Amino acid sequence: MQTLGFSCGFRDGIPIGLGYLSVSFTFGMMAVAQGLPVWAATLTSMTNLTSAGQFAGLSLMVTGGGYIEMALTQLVINLRYALMSLSLSQKLDKTVSLLDRFLFAFFNTDEIFAVASGKPCEVGKRYLFGLAVAPFWGWSIGTLLGAVAGNILPIPVRDALGIAIYGMFIAIIIPACKQYRPVLIVTLCACILSCLFAFLPVLNRVSSGFTIIICALVSAGLGALLFPVQEQERQAQ
Amino acid sequence: MDTKTMLSYIAVMAIVTYLIRMLPLTLFTRKIESRFVRSFLFYVPYAVLGAMTFPAIFSSAGGLIPSLAGTVIALILAFRGKGLLTVALCACAAAFLAGLIPGL
Repeated sequence: MQTLGFSCGFRDGIPIGLGYLSVSFTFGMMAVAQGLPVWAATLTSMTNLTSAGQFAGLSLMVTGGGYIEMALTQLVINLRYALMSLSLSQKLDKTVSLLDRFLFAFFNTDEIFAVASGKPCEVGKRYLFGLAVAPFWGWSIGTLLGAVAGNILPIPVRDALGIAIYGMFIAIIIPACKQYRPVLIVTLCACILSCLFAFLPVLNRVSSGFTIIICALVSAGLGALLFPVQEQERQAQ
Repeated sequence: MDTKTMLSYIAVMAIVTYLIRMLPLTLFTRKIESRFVRSFLFYVPYAVLGAMTFPAIFSSAGGLIPSLAGTVIALILAFRGKGLLTVALCACAAAFLAGLIPGL
């Protein structure tokens, strides 16, 4: 079986890194606008490497939220990573030692996870760490740039950059939906559920972190019940 | 806010986020045999990304119209098999251009 090397991972990481630049730029810009020093914004990005969690954390920091509240907010918003890490744990080949797992866990973002999962074979240590390089630096440098120079950009440009991350998500989802109908059904189910949570009364009081977890559990569970995946099909994806 | 408070906040965020990512990855080092669980985990990424994207994307680029323009372009380009970066940047460009149209 073919093994994917560091350079292959690095190449796959470049579009993610570039996409992150625009999103983290927005984070850096907002952090400084709300009173954080440049170093704190950059340090947050370099130690957290997560989009939604950082944006939520930022507003708690500036409003003086408690540490418990901060921890719980991060737990709820980021709990989806537990699902992803569990999913990824089944995708790693024998070159990935326990120590590598401890290290790579830090880099397991939505997009890195999605790209690694999208590979047709098991992934190894070299590929994973290659994959993480550009996203990590894109996220960190983007934050720094946004924090230092964000207010230079005109508002329409800043607004438009907000869609970048979702464009990336769509680019990850659609090819899989085209290739394998059950993925399309599961994804549509998750989208519809998530819209219900956003627009229906009572449901819209559920926090965004829990909404994502509920939608993912229900849709992926439904998919697993209705369309259990054959090992051979899985390999072919 | 003093430096110590800020560092404490950042540390709390970073530690919680890391633990969430680290525990499942290090605790489940063997293959899970259950076909249901394996299928479930196969569908998870798409379900998560779908739920994160919709409906958030409709308010992601300022107003509804620019966001819709970006969404449509992203869907079309992704359907045609374009890469992550192309799709993301063209969605931004479409949102930006739609935002320029007066009266929207």
